[in-house]
Amino acid sequence: MSGAGAESPVLRVAIDRKVYHPASAEPVEAVRGLAFAVGAGEIVCLIGPSGAGKSTTLRILLGLDADYEGRVEPDPCADSARPGMVFQEPRLLPWRTVEQNVRLAMPRARRGRDLDALFAHLGLTPWRGRYPGALSLGMQRRVALARALADAPRLLVLDEPFVSLDDAAAASLRGLVVDTVDGLGMSVLMVTHNVAEAIAIADRLLLLSARPASLVAEVALDRPRHARDRAWAEATRAALAAAHPGVIAE
Amino acid sequence: MNLLTRLVSVVVLLAAWQAAAQAAGSRLLPAPLTVATFIAEEAARGDLFHNVGVTLLRVAVSFGLAMVLGVLLGVALGRSKALNIALDTPLLVVLNTPALVITVLAYIWVGLNETAAILAVVLNKLPNVAVIVREGARELDPGLEEMARTYRFDRRTWIAHVLVPQLQPYVVAAARSGLSLAWKIVLVIELLGRPDGVGFAINFYFVQSTNVAAILGYSIVFMSVMIAIDILILQRLQAHVRRWR
Repeated sequence: MSGAGAESPVLRVAIDRKVYHPASAEPVEAVRGLAFAVGAGEIVCLIGPSGAGKSTTLRILLGLDADYEGRVEPDPCADSARPGMVFQEPRLLPWRTVEQNVRLAMPRARRGRDLDALFAHLGLTPWRGRYPGALSLGMQRRVALARALADAPRLLVLDEPFVSLDDAAAASLRGLVVDTVDGLGMSVLMVTHNVAEAIAIADRLLLLSARPASLVAEVALDRPRHARDRAWAEATRAALAAAHPGVIAE
Repeated sequence: MNLLTRLVSVVVLLAAWQAAAQAAGSRLLPAPLTVATFIAEEAARGDLFHNVGVTLLRVAVSFGLAMVLGVLLGVALGRSKALNIALDTPLLVVLNTPALVITVLAYIWVGLNETAAILAVVLNKLPNVAVIVREGARELDPGLEEMARTYRFDRRTWIAHVLVPQLQPYVVAAARSGLSLAWKIVLVIELLGRPDGVGFAINFYFVQSTNVAAILGYSIVFMSVMIAIDILILQRLQAHVRRWR
C-alpha cells in the first residue's frame, strides 16, 4: 500500500525544521526532519505523545503557517490544495444552520450544488435546517465531516476526530469515515494520540517522537479496517507499545 | 402576567405621585392630570410635535453616525494591536471628558450651529461604542478563524457569516446603552445652544416661569418615545440576533 502511495502521492511532506519564537522565552523547535507521503486512497495516521508537534504539522499542512523550512506538495497555501478538514472541536458557525455551515465552506460557484446524497449518507437529512447548538457532539462532528466532504477533496484531514465521544458514537463515526473515503476513493491523514483508534482504521501508522517531532517508525497494516478482530488489534497495540515505549503510552 | 405586573407598577407610581402632589399643594409639584393637560395643550399648539420631532431627528442622526463610526473604529482597535496602543490614551481622555465640556468646546470652536451640536453628540458617544465593540473584536473565536482560513472563506463570506454574527451582541448592547446616552446629551446640547427641541423647551419653561408641569410633560413624552423605540426596535433586534441560541 505504501508502495502504491509513493507512485502518486496526494500529499508529500518534508518539513526540515519548524521553530517557534515565543515573545518572552527561548525559541522552541517543534519539528525536525519530518518526511512522509500519503498515497491515493490511503488512510495514514500520525501518532505521537501530546505536545509532540502534531498540531504544528497540521497547521503547516492546512496552509495556516507558512513559516517553516522544508517543502510540502501540493503547496498548502494554494487555493486548489484545500483539503477537507475535520478539526478536533466541530468549529461550526452556531448562528448558521447545519446546511448553511456545509455550503458556506464551499467555493461560491459550487455552493448551490445538490447535497442530498451527502446529507442522507451521513444521516443528517432531518437536521439540515437546525442550528448546531441543537445537536449532540457526535452529530456536530458529522456536520463537520459533511463540511469536509462537500467539495469532494482528494485528501481528508482529521484531527482527533473521535475524542470525547462515547464508544458507540465513535465507532459509528469511524465506520462512516471509512465507508465514505473508500466509496469516494479519497485519502485520509488522521492525527491522534489514541493507538487503538489508529489501528482500527489505518493502512499505515506514522509514529512521531516527542518534540521536536520526527518520524520514529512507520508501520504498514494490512487493511485492518476490514478485519474487525479485537485480539489482533490488541496484540498489534501491545507490540507497538513494547517497541516504542516513548511514543505509545499506557 | 408580565404585562400585568408592569401595569400595576405604573398605576402605583401614578398614585404615589398624585398623593405627593396633593400633600404638597404647590405648583412646584403638579398632579399627573395637570401635566397631562399641559401635554394636550402643547400638542394642540403643535409645539410639542415640533420640539420632539427636532430632538428625535438630532438623536437619530448623531446616534447613527456614532454607531457606524464607533463600530468601524472598535473593530479596527480589536484587530490591530498597534492601533489600539496608539489610540488607547486619546480614547480614555475623551471617555473621561464630561459631556458638558465637549459640548461647550464644540459650540465655541465650530459655532452655535447644527453641525456643532451633532459633532458634540458623536464625540461623546463614539468612544463608548468603540470600546464595547473593541471587546467583541478581541473575543473573536480563534477556532472559527482557523476554520475560515482553512476553507478559504472569501472576504464577503467571512464578514457576513463569521465576523458580523460574533460582533452583533456587542453592537446591540452598545446601541441600547448608547441610545439613552445620546438623547440625554442631545437635551443638554439643545439647552445650551439650539433654538428648538425638547432641551430648549425645558430650559425655556424653567427660566421663564419655573413651569414644572411643562418640564415634566416634555420629559414624560420624550422618555415614552425613547422607551418605545427600545422596546419595539432594539429589544426585538436583540431577540432576533440571539435566535440561534
